[in-house]
Amino acid sequence: MIVAQADQPFLRWDWVGRNLDELWAATQEHIILTTIAVGVGLAISLALSIVALRWRKTYTPITWVTGVLYAIPSLALFAFLVPITGLTRLTAEIGLISYTLLILIRNIVAGIDGVPEPVLEAARGMGYTRRRMFTDIQLPLAMPVIIAGVRIATVTTIGLVTITALIGQGGLGFFILRGMQFFSAIGTTQILAGTVLSVALAVTADIALLGLERLLTPWARRKAVV
Amino acid sequence: MEFLGDLVAWFLDGANWTGSNGIPNRVWEHIQLSVVATAAATAVALPPALWLGHHRRGGFLAVAIVNIGRAIPSFAIMALFLPISIRLGLGLGFWPALLALFALALPPIFTNTYTAVREVDPALVEAGHGMGMTDGEVLRGIEGPMASPVILAAMRVSAVQVVATVPLAALVAWGGLGRYIVDGFAVQDNVRVMAGGILVALLSIATELLLGSIEKRVVPTGLGSTPEVVAVPN
Repeated sequence: MIVAQADQPFLRWDWVGRNLDELWAATQEHIILTTIAVGVGLAISLALSIVALRWRKTYTPITWVTGVLYAIPSLALFAFLVPITGLTRLTAEIGLISYTLLILIRNIVAGIDGVPEPVLEAARGMGYTRRRMFTDIQLPLAMPVIIAGVRIATVTTIGLVTITALIGQGGLGFFILRGMQFFSAIGTTQILAGTVLSVALAVTADIALLGLERLLTPWARRKAVV
Repeated sequence: MEFLGDLVAWFLDGANWTGSNGIPNRVWEHIQLSVVATAAATAVALPPALWLGHHRRGGFLAVAIVNIGRAIPSFAIMALFLPISIRLGLGLGFWPALLALFALALPPIFTNTYTAVREVDPALVEAGHGMGMTDGEVLRGIEGPMASPVILAAMRVSAVQVVATVPLAALVAWGGLGRYIVDGFAVQDNVRVMAGGILVALLSIATELLLGSIEKRVVPTGLGSTPEVVAVPN
């Protein structure tokens, strides 16, 4: 038995060759799940950040609630959602979106708070309204910090998407979950393929967003809060 | 409403409180794995983090470790170690889960410790050296205590994360409270899934509260309030 095991290869590269289509489809699925989560998360976070910046007292309760969401274990969160929304993409997205909020809100608020007062003073002097000041001055100047938050949220989400395989979604997580059911080189190959592609996706997304930041803010680079 | 009734009935059912699939045993398995993983991560992360922080070197390492930790899901680590563990004759369950949880707990402890030691006011360190303290004495007497609130907070955050992630270990055939969620999913028993979710959330909160109160007691007075430490959801 042990001898037979030792003879077996640890990985089966031929499996990868035979399943390129499936791997590519799962990668696309992974990207879609991540994009929806970060996109919707960003929209919600932007709205909540505007509320928090306009009415300062709401900042603490907003971060408290999103902090609690952030702290709920994903498996427990899905356990709560599945009885209500079933084994659907909606369930996966609710979980994934809820994990992006804290990081994004903190970075948006910190970024906008970090805009130097003299700049705002100058804008006011030039007759900028509050709204135009927000869209034309505060938001662009806060962009490095905001994008830093988006990078963290994206990388985290790409990792978390794999777990949604448990509720029938999962993108590349599908291979990780299925690979665990085979006690053979085929299984290990699937697990490794899913993991490597997911990590590669995270690294690629991170670098792409870094490039976007450089493009949008040629003048400055600041550090993220989270 | 019927669901809530079923849920209450599940918790009141005596069969769910005894034997290897009973709540007490599952909680015990959960705690066992959590304690070993957090303790191992602390033991491995602290010495190099303290040393590097003291010498103010290796900042890139602190950033890299956290980023790698973010990019590799614990789920994937567990799955990857499963065949390796079987090959090495270590079996299912405990070892793959332990390695994944160890890898999850390590980055926050390492990076926060490193940063906290590094950011101790250089004037204090200077004063210590001026009084003839050795490197070890500066680390033990000045940097260590000054950084202790952050180090303890990082250990708490890691421990809570570990408790919250142990449920995934049910996928590699370890026990713990994840059994209810994973088995519940498998047989589409939503009551059991929800009961598992509630128990995991309760245990995470209990861990947070317990370690938080220990923290308050052992942190040297005068070092101010609990610092904010960052974790990764799982």
